Amino acid sequence: MTGPFIRFLDLHKAFAGKPVLTGVNLDIGRGESVVILGGSGSGKSVLLRHAIALHRPDRGQVWVDGIEISGLEEEQLLDTRKKVGMLFQAGALFDSMSVYRNVAFPLHEHTDWPEEKVAARVSEVLSLVELSEVEDKMPADLSGGMRKRVALARAIALAPQAVLYDEPTTGLDPITATAINRLIRGLQARLGITSVVVTHDIQSAFHVADRIAFLHEGKISFTGTPQEAEASREPLLREFLRGGVDA
Amino acid sequence: MREIVTGILDDFGAVVRLAGLTARAAFRRPFERELWFEQAFQLGVQSLTITNVTLLFTGMVLAIQTAYSLAAYGGKPFVGDIIALSVVRELGPVLTALMVAGRVGAGITAELGSMAVTEQVDAMRALAADPVKKLVVPRVGALAVVLPMLSVLSIAIALFGGMLMAILEIGQSRAFFVSHATGALTAGDILSGVGKTFFFALFIGIIACHNGMAATGGADGVGKATTQTVVWASIAVIISDFFLTKAFLLFQ
Repeated sequence: MTGPFIRFLDLHKAFAGKPVLTGVNLDIGRGESVVILGGSGSGKSVLLRHAIALHRPDRGQVWVDGIEISGLEEEQLLDTRKKVGMLFQAGALFDSMSVYRNVAFPLHEHTDWPEEKVAARVSEVLSLVELSEVEDKMPADLSGGMRKRVALARAIALAPQAVLYDEPTTGLDPITATAINRLIRGLQARLGITSVVVTHDIQSAFHVADRIAFLHEGKISFTGTPQEAEASREPLLREFLRGGVDA
Repeated sequence: MREIVTGILDDFGAVVRLAGLTARAAFRRPFERELWFEQAFQLGVQSLTITNVTLLFTGMVLAIQTAYSLAAYGGKPFVGDIIALSVVRELGPVLTALMVAGRVGAGITAELGSMAVTEQVDAMRALAADPVKKLVVPRVGALAVVLPMLSVLSIAIALFGGMLMAILEIGQSRAFFVSHATGALTAGDILSGVGKTFFFALFIGIIACHNGMAATGGADGVGKATTQTVVWASIAVIISDFFLTKAFLLFQ
């Protein structure tokens, strides 16, 4: 199928009467890596969560792989959610389960593979995120960076076509953050995964983006390559990129 | 005032909606038997101490109070009858349910609440798994199995406590107490008493799961949700007890 993999059309969303998104239009192509930049509280995460219908728009449409998902029932969303993985901000690992059971969760849920095959896939995706010998640990025993890697391994266990990253580098030290950025790029290059990254970390944005979209006051006020972003005259984006003020 | 009323109606609607989703998910394959067993074991074991202690002493105090108040009318021989009827029909089931609402209901809300505020419930949905099927159904189902069992045990222990006091304080013989207690009871009494707890379990389970999954705002939110569960679930038990008792009486 041609056309964008994810398309937001005139998306509106308000919480308790307070508008957060006020007409977002954005296309994300297949295999593309798009970074959505914006200040804290600008609604970036809210936008991202619409792509797998964790939020439903008040108005507008969300298309994923040629299907309009915003009106679908939870049961009808399963296919879309298998196609799109999500890395949550703090990892959101199930803390009652070991690393192994966390990563195997989607496999146990959606395949009838024998346990050896599940185990092989678990260690394969763990090695993709550069982890080994952590299967028996509990999430509470892991560092922040490791939790994110395990969460990423869980998100890609079913070989999704796209991964949504919610602030993947927030709260990590610069070295770990760089490693995560490299992983995002690596997955995109090696597995052809479409990446949508929400962040306010400019370094990270320039590292992973094919294209940058700038979310401001509920709308996308700029899209373009990182070079175009740097050359942009849009005053708020310039200010944001210079790292001065949270837009 | 209007806001309070619409707030209550919103919550009530959400609980009813979750009940519907749970009923639907409960009959959809696969049945996740392991999750049920795990929950049944946990919830049952968690509750044993508190329900047993509560009901033992309730039975004991009931014997003393009944004997004291009946003494003036020469009614002491009927202590066994009264204890048996009140414990089997009312006190056993209701007190067990109240204890479980506090112990297990709060536990469920705290657990699901902390999962909700750390995005684990969303992560489950994002992984194309249904949190109602995975989290709510096993808990509510396990509770519906375990609470009637607990209440049978509670009733037995309360009767034992009552008998102990009848023997030690009132000076009845064991055989006398037992014959009065069993003579007063019919199968209908036991059925209506224990039968009610199945419904209590559903109310407690759904309310606890709803409050947990709807928790927002970090640890503070989880704490509020937990308190709310204890209040709502206890009220639900007390109010529904009245209507369930009425309903069961229609069939006797």
